[in-house]
Amino acid sequence: MKAAAFDYLQADSVGQAVALLSRHGDSAKLLAGGQSLLPALNLRLSAPALLIDIGRIASLRGIAVAGGVLRIGATVTHAELLASPEIASHAPLLTRAIAHVAHAAIRNRGTLGGSLANADPAAELPACALALGARILIDGPAGPRVVAAEDFFTGLFETVMAPDEVLVAVEIDLSPDAAWGFEELSRRSGDYAIVGLAAHRPRHGTPRLAYFAVGTSAILARHAAVALAQRGATPEGIAAAEAALADDLEPHDDPEASAAMRLHLARVLLRRVVGPWSRSA
Amino acid sequence: MTIPVRLIVNGEMVEAAVLPRTHLADFLREQLGLTGTHLGCEHGVCGACTVRLDGAIVRGCLVLAVQADGAAVQTIEGVSDSGEIADLQAEFAARNALQCGYCTPAMLLTAQDLLRRVRVPDRAAIREHLSGNYCRCTGYQSIVDAIEAVAIARSQRADAP
Repeated sequence: MKAAAFDYLQADSVGQAVALLSRHGDSAKLLAGGQSLLPALNLRLSAPALLIDIGRIASLRGIAVAGGVLRIGATVTHAELLASPEIASHAPLLTRAIAHVAHAAIRNRGTLGGSLANADPAAELPACALALGARILIDGPAGPRVVAAEDFFTGLFETVMAPDEVLVAVEIDLSPDAAWGFEELSRRSGDYAIVGLAAHRPRHGTPRLAYFAVGTSAILARHAAVALAQRGATPEGIAAAEAALADDLEPHDDPEASAAMRLHLARVLLRRVVGPWSRSA
Repeated sequence: MTIPVRLIVNGEMVEAAVLPRTHLADFLREQLGLTGTHLGCEHGVCGACTVRLDGAIVRGCLVLAVQADGAAVQTIEGVSDSGEIADLQAEFAARNALQCGYCTPAMLLTAQDLLRRVRVPDRAAIREHLSGNYCRCTGYQSIVDAIEAVAIARSQRADAP
């Protein structure tokens, strides 16, 4: 199908994008890579009156490491993340996860900020942001603000962002010698996950186990993380964490998998991801 | 409301006025007559609309024509006419790596994208890179065969004294 008609404006700066969003309210949508928005428009699941293109705003681009922080601009594409030596050395979890995102032609356009702001429960990057303890930098009419990833996702395709706010960048504190892992199960390469897990354990600290495609948004398995922190990535610790997943996750039924199957697979992924940590625990 | 755009298509400067909702594949087909770019699902799943945008393969149905303003686009017509993929095309024909041919332009562009980056990818890597391109005649086996054969032939040519 074809998208319904809309107007199109290019924003030259974040300030201009915020001003345009403030003026046009809910009838406008931001366009960056468009790899989730354009399918929704073509399927007429969404019909905004105006698209505001933020894809050419220079300040939203770039990957930088400074002062112990990795900063990734909102419109950095999946392909740029995948090819980045900074990401590979400071956030290898992202490099691994990106390979599971859709297909090469889509990764060439899709952006980090778009994936986070879209908050698809089956998407990889929201879970990575949770696992890495990322901070989401947002700008809006009231000025910039910073939101922790764990406070950012509020539900099915829902975030704390107001309709007149723009996701500007993501910051991740460097965490040398961290243990990490990523696994997802999907029917075919590039499909949305049935269950996925992005996990990260700082050298000193509690692991963060972020599941996706289980429930209405990416979610941290907090009870399981505590079990692992208390007993380590030992067979006993992993067994306790697996049991605790029943308290952490609210898996859903869909035609691909029942809730019980999802919980089972979540436990399988926990073993696969955390099991190798025992050698370094 | 139409918007003026300037872009380079297959090496030629194009100036046109486009509706914001016109995606790149429709623009190429309807306004430029370049019908080698095919449309299957129009929501990013089938891959039939694959084109090159500034050298990188993209879904033509998931890029607006206005977003391509200032960019260089290459379609199957351009890549075919330049001879860049003549060996791939010959191998697809020799191995019956197409039945109806609807997916073929995109398969060729996606295969060439892989071969530009990886000299001799193994069959798993070929399948992975093609995983976003559907062939509903289920011709994958011979498509993978053709790409693998071309990769090996190119590497042997490169190694020849």
